Amino acid sequence: MAEPAHGLGGLKYDPSKKARPQELNVFIAFVIIVAAFEILGRLIIGESFLFNTREGTSGLFNTQRLSIIILQVATVGIIAIGVTQVIITGGIDLSSGSIVGATAMVAMSFAQTALVNGNPNPKAIFGDWAMDLPILIPILVGLTCGLIAGLINGALIAYTKIPPFIATLGMMVSARGFARWWSTGNPISFPTESYNAIGSGMRPVFVFIALAVLFHLIMTYTKYGKHSYAIGSNEQATRMSGINVDRHKVLVYIIAGMLASVAAIVVSSKGQTAQANMGVMYELDAIAMAVIGGISLQGGRGSIIGTVIGALIFGVIISGFTFLKLDAYYQEMVKGAIIVGAVVLDQWRQKSRGARA
Amino acid sequence: MSEFILETRGLTKRYGGVHALEDANFNLRHGEHVAVVGDNGAGKSTFVRQITAVEQRSAGDVIFDGQPVHFAGPLQARESGIETVFQTLALADDLDVPSNLFLGRELFKLKLGPFSILDRKAMREKTLEALKTTAVKIPNIDNPIRNMSGGQRQCVSIARTAAFASKLVIMDEPTAALGVQETAQVENIIRGLKARGVPLILVSHNLRQVFDLVDRIVVFRRGRIVASLRRDETDGNDIVSYITGVKGGVEV
Repeated sequence: MAEPAHGLGGLKYDPSKKARPQELNVFIAFVIIVAAFEILGRLIIGESFLFNTREGTSGLFNTQRLSIIILQVATVGIIAIGVTQVIITGGIDLSSGSIVGATAMVAMSFAQTALVNGNPNPKAIFGDWAMDLPILIPILVGLTCGLIAGLINGALIAYTKIPPFIATLGMMVSARGFARWWSTGNPISFPTESYNAIGSGMRPVFVFIALAVLFHLIMTYTKYGKHSYAIGSNEQATRMSGINVDRHKVLVYIIAGMLASVAAIVVSSKGQTAQANMGVMYELDAIAMAVIGGISLQGGRGSIIGTVIGALIFGVIISGFTFLKLDAYYQEMVKGAIIVGAVVLDQWRQKSRGARA
Repeated sequence: MSEFILETRGLTKRYGGVHALEDANFNLRHGEHVAVVGDNGAGKSTFVRQITAVEQRSAGDVIFDGQPVHFAGPLQARESGIETVFQTLALADDLDVPSNLFLGRELFKLKLGPFSILDRKAMREKTLEALKTTAVKIPNIDNPIRNMSGGQRQCVSIARTAAFASKLVIMDEPTAALGVQETAQVENIIRGLKARGVPLILVSHNLRQVFDLVDRIVVFRRGRIVASLRRDETDGNDIVSYITGVKGGVEV
């Protein structure tokens, strides 16, 4: 232990006593949960969760299971990246799941192919002009949907001062309604080959990882990131420092909306169809990932890395329950308990921190 | 160059029907340190908020550095050279010391609009420098200031002001929540400003401190300036008489 330094007014202060990064705690939780499933698996069903035990295959790990886990969480993980930024500024976004639904419908309408097995597309939304468009068109249209939804969210929150909970709840209901209205409730199918390719194989995982890295860098090294943390930490002080808090919030919600539409493009491409009820509950799963990843719902604290690990924990738990052959109903119940547990843990941690200060 | 760094003429602020500040005529010479005293609700903080443009005044003029000014907000006031320590700590608890010092005026390696890349190394070095000139010791400036004592946090706040001080410093109750030693530290920073010739408006309840530090004392009562007295021409009893309204009516 280092010699205690003498700080202001002779206060003793040990500089070596640096707070353990939150991400490390979350990672430890992740390792414990994986270990728990490994042990339970061997005890209950006599199989390994993590390791490759199949005859005739090589490799140490059960890569099939691991890739399924990460593929499962990649789509919602993309949303969680945006939700993390919103929560860091002290807000919340309940509309992401509905934005996924609305974007999927609209983007898919511009991604349809004219001929299905030599017959005209039975699910055609527009006329021939909208068939077999270049891949860039549905992507740009989709991103615009997220941008508009995020802009409305952000503008409502920043300029009418209504709570983010209410503004995004309104968007949650309206965007879902929009998604149903778009094709009067019918699914939209038969996209072009190139649109299909976006979500095929492990590509959603690459999109997730690339966006996570990008926004980790942005949150850590740019003005945008610094001001996001500042707003969540002390909005009034940030305002008094001359930062345009309102404009910043609009930008944060736009980014969250656009990330939701990226998820929509990925998920509709993966499923090769768009339905109005796509993405139901995604907003809550995304918030859960962020919360499990150690974010503070009061704002100011949390990180993209934490959320990515939170997403992995989320995926491991769902996959682990399937692996243990437990009923899907239990998954939902346990998921709820984990979300509440993570928040309780955060409160408790803050209280103990407060007692020390 | 004008004789005064700051003048206010007929500065008035009303909140609905409440006249928080009435017709305040105030001036501050270059290098002068002035204390603003008065009872709670006398209009001291309101006065400060009009100058720093945290609020927009209802009437009157502010002349800063020879120019009539109408700042749109605190950032503009700050960019013009008015640095303020607010009564409520204007710090973000989850950020470290350099981030707080440079909040709203970050240094960049690369300008990319909102995604401009921060020059963290330069900000860290400048922070250490600033803390050195103000003689504030804060070990491990990379920790979030949440973990620091109230005194250390106030010192960060004051170091921010002192470090960037160019033309005028305003402190609103800087030592209200501090212990004895921490108060002494803040008072040393103020003496340092005096030595550097940086003018100061100090809002304070602490008359001992006021008499120790400033050249002139301005008394507010019920939203009006009732006295402006040189330190060596007055004493504590005199000031208290003005604060409580035993003496008064001398519009200065």
